[in-house]
Amino acid sequence: MRFKSTRRGVEAKLDPVEARVLAQCAAELLELLGDSDEVPDDPIAAMVGIASGDVRTPEDPALARLLPDAYADDPDAATDFRRYTEADLRATKRAAASTALAQLQPLLAGGGKLVLDRDECDAWLGWLNDIRLVLGTRLEVTEETDFDDAEEPALAVYGWLGWLQESLLSCLTPRSVT
Amino acid sequence: MTAPAQLDRPETDEDVTPDRPWITLVWNDPVNLMSYVTFVLMELFGYSREKAHALMLDVHEKGRAVVSNGTREQMEHDVARLHARGLWATLEQD
Repeated sequence: MRFKSTRRGVEAKLDPVEARVLAQCAAELLELLGDSDEVPDDPIAAMVGIASGDVRTPEDPALARLLPDAYADDPDAATDFRRYTEADLRATKRAAASTALAQLQPLLAGGGKLVLDRDECDAWLGWLNDIRLVLGTRLEVTEETDFDDAEEPALAVYGWLGWLQESLLSCLTPRSVT
Repeated sequence: MTAPAQLDRPETDEDVTPDRPWITLVWNDPVNLMSYVTFVLMELFGYSREKAHALMLDVHEKGRAVVSNGTREQMEHDVARLHARGLWATLEQD
């Protein structure tokens, strides 16, 4: 499978194994980001999107890479920033992975064709990047890691996801989103 | 046309420090694709491909690069947008 530009948008043909691997990746990402249906303790805080209570850098390095500190040398400022922004950031990432998972569901049994509009392309770029950040952190990849002939299955998947993301990027022209 | 209204300038006892700008830094990581980092810098900041590519190379070769500067609020906004795209970004006072 690789992404191609067509008149209908950006398309990719998936076999069932590819669809299942991608769906598993998206589900894993959603699980790591947390359940969106969680009822927050403080309804006012939930309404305005500001976390109450303690907000810290996640202990899981993979989650910490998805939700990084905004201040390198100022833990208090980093915590404040996190209090105001982390819920939104999680929601953005969750929405992208959910979009992909919903599009993959019909392809799990027999494979088929994905057709993405521009917003869906952004969701795919985002979640493919996020799951690569998670796998890359877990596998402790470096710039020297060779995953082309990887025997470790997770590393092979990581390499394949990068190749997919690259093929999606090659279909897109940056648009201004300021 | 009317003359602009006179604004009352609030008195302050605080030391007024000169307007030191804030900067947004993007840090190198082994995962993000070079093409993706360039793409994101073009989209978020409206940079030309040449400028975005040069910044991406700075990140890759020097470990980090300043991608924008301005007020603290503006830089917090930029960092949030970069985090949404999965880039590793921080802000600090220049």
